[in-house]
Amino acid sequence: MRRLIIGVLVAASGVLHLALQPAAAVQPDEILDDPVLEARARELSTELRCMVCQNQSIDDSDAELARDLRVLVRDRLKAGDSNEEVIAYVVDRYGEFVLLKPRFSYRNALLWGTPVILLVVGGVLIVTSARRRMTGGAVSSLSAEEKKRLDQILNEGE
Amino acid sequence: MSIEFGHFALVLAFALALVQMTVPIIGAQFKNDTLMRVGEPAALTNFMLVALSFMALTSAYIQSDFSVLNVWENSHSAKPLLYKITGTWGNHEGSMLLWVLILVFFGALVAVFGRNLPLSLRANVLGVQGAISCAFMIFILATSNPFARLDPAPMEGRDLNPILQDIGLAVHPPLLYLGYVGFSVAFSFAIAALIEGRLDAAWARWVRPWTLAAWMFLTGGIAMGSYWAYYELGWGGFWFWDPVENASLLPWLGGTALLHSALVMEKRSALKIWTVLLAILTFSLSLLGTFLVRSGVLTSVHAFATDPARGVFILGILVLFIGGSLALFAWRAATLTPGGLFQPISREGALVLNNLVLTTATATVLIGTLYPLLVEAVTGDKISVGAPFFNLTFGPLILPLLVIVPFGPLLAWKRGDIWAVSQRLFWAFGAALVVALLAFVMVDGASVLAALGIGLGVWLVLGALTDLVVKSGFGKAAPSVVFSRFKGLPRSVFGTALAHAGIGLTTIGIISVTTLETERIAAMQPGETVEIEGYNLRFDSLRPFTGPNFTEDQATFVLSRVTGKSLGEVVSSKRLYTARQMPTTEAGIRTLGLSQLYVSLGDQTPNGKIVVRIWWKPMVTLIWLGSLVMMVGGTVSLLDRRLRVGAPMPRRKPAVQGGVA
Repeated sequence: MRRLIIGVLVAASGVLHLALQPAAAVQPDEILDDPVLEARARELSTELRCMVCQNQSIDDSDAELARDLRVLVRDRLKAGDSNEEVIAYVVDRYGEFVLLKPRFSYRNALLWGTPVILLVVGGVLIVTSARRRMTGGAVSSLSAEEKKRLDQILNEGE
Repeated sequence: MSIEFGHFALVLAFALALVQMTVPIIGAQFKNDTLMRVGEPAALTNFMLVALSFMALTSAYIQSDFSVLNVWENSHSAKPLLYKITGTWGNHEGSMLLWVLILVFFGALVAVFGRNLPLSLRANVLGVQGAISCAFMIFILATSNPFARLDPAPMEGRDLNPILQDIGLAVHPPLLYLGYVGFSVAFSFAIAALIEGRLDAAWARWVRPWTLAAWMFLTGGIAMGSYWAYYELGWGGFWFWDPVENASLLPWLGGTALLHSALVMEKRSALKIWTVLLAILTFSLSLLGTFLVRSGVLTSVHAFATDPARGVFILGILVLFIGGSLALFAWRAATLTPGGLFQPISREGALVLNNLVLTTATATVLIGTLYPLLVEAVTGDKISVGAPFFNLTFGPLILPLLVIVPFGPLLAWKRGDIWAVSQRLFWAFGAALVVALLAFVMVDGASVLAALGIGLGVWLVLGALTDLVVKSGFGKAAPSVVFSRFKGLPRSVFGTALAHAGIGLTTIGIISVTTLETERIAAMQPGETVEIEGYNLRFDSLRPFTGPNFTEDQATFVLSRVTGKSLGEVVSSKRLYTARQMPTTEAGIRTLGLSQLYVSLGDQTPNGKIVVRIWWKPMVTLIWLGSLVMMVGGTVSLLDRRLRVGAPMPRRKPAVQGGVA
């Protein structure tokens, strides 16, 4: 059984159901003679998912299907496709599931937008609240009273 | 017999947890000392009961009592003793029991070390801890009972999953859980503060050591898991952005943010409300991680739907605690008064920036992890979110943050002078630049990113040292004064410097291995040699070998420098665990300085050769050494007397009594 379908959660925790099987990935006979093409093939391989695996790229997986895809990618490259054309070719046949990096699309807007939106909104919130407090200004830093109260609380329960 | 004893102890613990979650909180509401004091003995007894229960299960594993279903499913009489013991938590039921054991362990710690907390605060904290234990105990008893019997008892067990029969993974879950569950203390403190409506700098001082301890364990747990994946899975990857890994990274990121914001709250009384929210969110992320890993929802939404009992149960716990605590937060947060003011350029300002970036990074990892589930649930489409997405989003968020890390500790509270700090960091910056240029030249300019990344790591390490140098007054006072000042610095200053330096080391490791790694793939037969990065690796022999519960093909390689100097043997093997007929790779790893040579065996080729993969992993060990340095930093910081509540003020005469100050 050299397949990488990882079923149920076998074990305690952590990185377990990554790949219960040892990975072997790229075979020597797959490697292209042209090092430039081969490098592009490797780069593309890390972005394509092995469809029968749990979160593994075809570059990392030794499943049959991953091998087929690796060979397919190399065939397309040899036929003169650009990287984008290869990706489009694979997605046409296997669907968007095969992409480890989802496309920029309306459906994925929330996914790609979250970091940007949070940074901007968070930044604006911080700036405005800082401004408000600067102009509000009545609150001083730790006053003598507060300090006393702090000591009190610290000593309570002793 | 003893297994029923364990079961009974757990039921008793559950009943007691019901008491622990109600009586002290009611006592705190009515200011009744007697009721409030119930929390302490309840928490201690609860710990003893769960420990008994856990020991009962462990002893069934040690004795290979296959009349216990859980033991039969996950153990084997021929397994080495160590893995019989660790097999106790190498399965769903046992690991949940470990989770609860650690939870009540923290409850007991609060009861013991919290003696100088205000009585009502302690009562509320223990009450909330009791509520969490209650929920998870009923989860175990109702859906994941490890004490079920099997009749008739089989002669032999089905063995533990072979990849778990490894010291790395034996230690990984307890460490990880100590981290996950440790954040429950910060959570309980936050809820207690909301219940009481009282929140001050003292609160942050109590919360910080617990958060720090949990953070340390989680750091260790994640690093351990990462190293295990590196050497066990056979292709030397150390982080895969797998949902299960993300589940542990999320509370780590949240916890890191919490540590920093609690610092602002303790020192400057600012960011109170935010700190409470972070404490709630961090433990919520731990709960979410538990849900993701334990419910099976990650494997597929469908697997979750076909056997929903456990998943729905944990989801219920999740909704109850996260929803409940956030509702309480929304209701009570307004009663908390905001604290001190500060200029944007100040230590507080830097820590706010840290929190903004870390929170955004956490949310990014969270949405990336959950998005495929969301899309599938809403539209039925299946999409993947993998490493390329996370590298593209997480990297640009975190790298700029790392660049500004050295400025933080050097900035003054309230109002900082960015130019003065820049001048102090001049040497660190210059040295980092020189290292980056050297790296650029040495790798023949092949990778600008590698040079910049290594420079960034060096900048972090030297920046952290600069903080120590500046704070001990180097160059401004006589050497003896500097030395005594250095020794008199608070331990937390050393802790900060070590943790930041550790991040720097880890950065160097990650960047160099991802940008400079080289790989050879060859079909080899004995006698053949492969050259990689100035080393020759000669395939010497391939021999069968039989272990206690496995058989393997052992390949022996002879390693030497190209100049001819021999460096001994490297053994790499392919192992087959007989009970489950499951193959694993045992990679041959040779550490050379900070780098490693990684040899992994593949399949036989039709012409009788064997596929061998060889990687040169430059400075890869720094990834985990850096984590170790972070943990040491955490430990040093924990030893700071300021964190020990109620400890008298530090003596004003440092240095005379030696380092014990």
